[in-house]
Amino acid sequence: MDKPAELLEREESMPKRIPRKKRYNPYGFSGKTSIFMHVMLGTFAFLCIFPFLYVIIISLSNEQSLAANGYQLIPEQWSFEAYKYLWQMRSQVVQAYGVTILVTVLGTLISVSVIALYAYAISRKQFIYRKQFTFIAFFTMLFSGGMVPFYIVMTQFLDLKNSIWALILPMAVNAFYIIIMRTFFMRTVPEAILESARIDGAGELRIFLTIVLPLSIPGIATIALFSTLAYWNDWFNALLFIDDPNLIPLQSLLMRIENNMDFIKQNAMLSNQNSAILSSIPQDSARMAMVVIATLPIALSYPFFQKYFVKGLTIGGVKD
Amino acid sequence: MKKLKQFGKNLYDNRIWLLMILPGFIWLIVMKYIPMFGQIIAFKDFRFHPDGFFASVFHSEWVGLENFQFLFSTNDAFIITRNTLLYNIVFIVVGLILAVAVAIILSELTKQKLAKVYQTGMLFPHFLSWVVVSYFVFAFLSMDKGLFNNVLGFFNIDPVAWYNEPDYWPYFITVISQWKGVGFSSIVYLAAIVGIDRTHYEAAMIDGANKWQQIRHVTIPMIMPLIVILTILNIGSIFSADFGLFYQIPRDSGPLYSVTNVIDTYVYRGLMTMGDIGMSTAAGLYQATVGFVLILLTNYIVRKIDEENALF
Repeated sequence: MDKPAELLEREESMPKRIPRKKRYNPYGFSGKTSIFMHVMLGTFAFLCIFPFLYVIIISLSNEQSLAANGYQLIPEQWSFEAYKYLWQMRSQVVQAYGVTILVTVLGTLISVSVIALYAYAISRKQFIYRKQFTFIAFFTMLFSGGMVPFYIVMTQFLDLKNSIWALILPMAVNAFYIIIMRTFFMRTVPEAILESARIDGAGELRIFLTIVLPLSIPGIATIALFSTLAYWNDWFNALLFIDDPNLIPLQSLLMRIENNMDFIKQNAMLSNQNSAILSSIPQDSARMAMVVIATLPIALSYPFFQKYFVKGLTIGGVKD
Repeated sequence: MKKLKQFGKNLYDNRIWLLMILPGFIWLIVMKYIPMFGQIIAFKDFRFHPDGFFASVFHSEWVGLENFQFLFSTNDAFIITRNTLLYNIVFIVVGLILAVAVAIILSELTKQKLAKVYQTGMLFPHFLSWVVVSYFVFAFLSMDKGLFNNVLGFFNIDPVAWYNEPDYWPYFITVISQWKGVGFSSIVYLAAIVGIDRTHYEAAMIDGANKWQQIRHVTIPMIMPLIVILTILNIGSIFSADFGLFYQIPRDSGPLYSVTNVIDTYVYRGLMTMGDIGMSTAAGLYQATVGFVLILLTNYIVRKIDEENALF
């Protein structure tokens, strides 16, 4: 029986403008249903982050208690051994981190520049071949070259086996993003502004850099965010093209230590004579600690970029 | 001649635009169109030639449909096609129901601050790589240490070697795929629901509709076009599977191949483990072609229903 009160409240607040972001939600679910829905969604949301918490707990467990009791939710004995061990073996981890950061930064920069330029050109009516080049990009979304020809082109034609570019180039352009950005440019950059700049004698490239880019920051940031996440999480290209331990990105390092931790020792062996440490590897906890270390940057920045991500998803329909 | 001159002039007039598309254009040609052309090795007995890629393709001998005959003569072709199709159908149906349900509930929750918190939680798995998720899954399914076997042990039930038991995996794969995807796929539906004109609800309430009736008679009909379009688009890609899900999560476990091998993993293993370039290219071409036809077909259907929503 709380409806009348709420209604009254609403009527009172009527004259004030309802803030745009606040959704008009007169009653929502009634009492019991509401609690039930909260419990359901709350549980599901918790289950979505629970495995990560669980892995953190395992990484902080004592190796002996893991061996005796398995992965416990509350370990018998806590321990930082795993992280200490990884710190001792850090050269491979640091190397992989470096590769991932380099690939992510360089890849995102290249990706955003190439996509933005292409999308902008095909969004302008002055460009008489815009239709043809839109189709050239679009068609790659419909028909794929397949993994094997792609692999052969990468290794034989471009000769990129064991090259850092093998991690960057395959994900540099994405036809879907080109189409989205094209729509975005059409919507947000009005021809009138550009026209006045042209009358003032500005060249197209200058117009693009000084007028279009600042106007398009939301769209560009969205593409950059998608691209950053894709590069950070990529293991597939490393799986296909990289054998050299110095060029292994983080995700790929995680794959390689799945069955044993030896891979991580490769570089450390040479410099580290302390065989006592090497003989007592905290296998299980160290592996999970690696997962935590590789995921932490995303987990920590996630609450901040999440809302931009959600906004970005609805930024440009595919069609104009 | 005159045409050629005009073409030259056009190119010159549009040079700045052509310059802008050049990097992307080169990328598309090299990374997409040359591999597309490379698909013809599905009809050849591929041999590496020292003079590079094109020499290899041209000097390899034509074998006609031999690679395809070989592919479809094995039991594998049936298994990978069945797995790819069945999993995708289940993902589409279950995914749609869950995504729409979550979006509706999120939009109707009275405490919108909490709804934001839930959404943040549910979206989290989307940002993890399949490698990381495979470790998560391992923490539950490990034979000697995993949570599942710990719980079973607590009830004095014998531990299960999860990674050797194909019977459970269709469920595992489905649950994991939804766990990772629902937060993401519900965003689009949530945006659509939030965009519904609120006067519809007011009118419904004046007519005495309760919450469930409002959902059934206002929300769902209003997002129906979106549901139809997204579903049809999903059907268009029903022939391609998420490589990471089927390769990383089962940890490449052989006993599970019967329920986890899909076209994408089959092509990969054919290339990297067996080195059978002809047959895996044939499998890839089979996938690309059927996928292409499906997209054209679904787009055609969408256009029949509602031209506005057709992709092209």
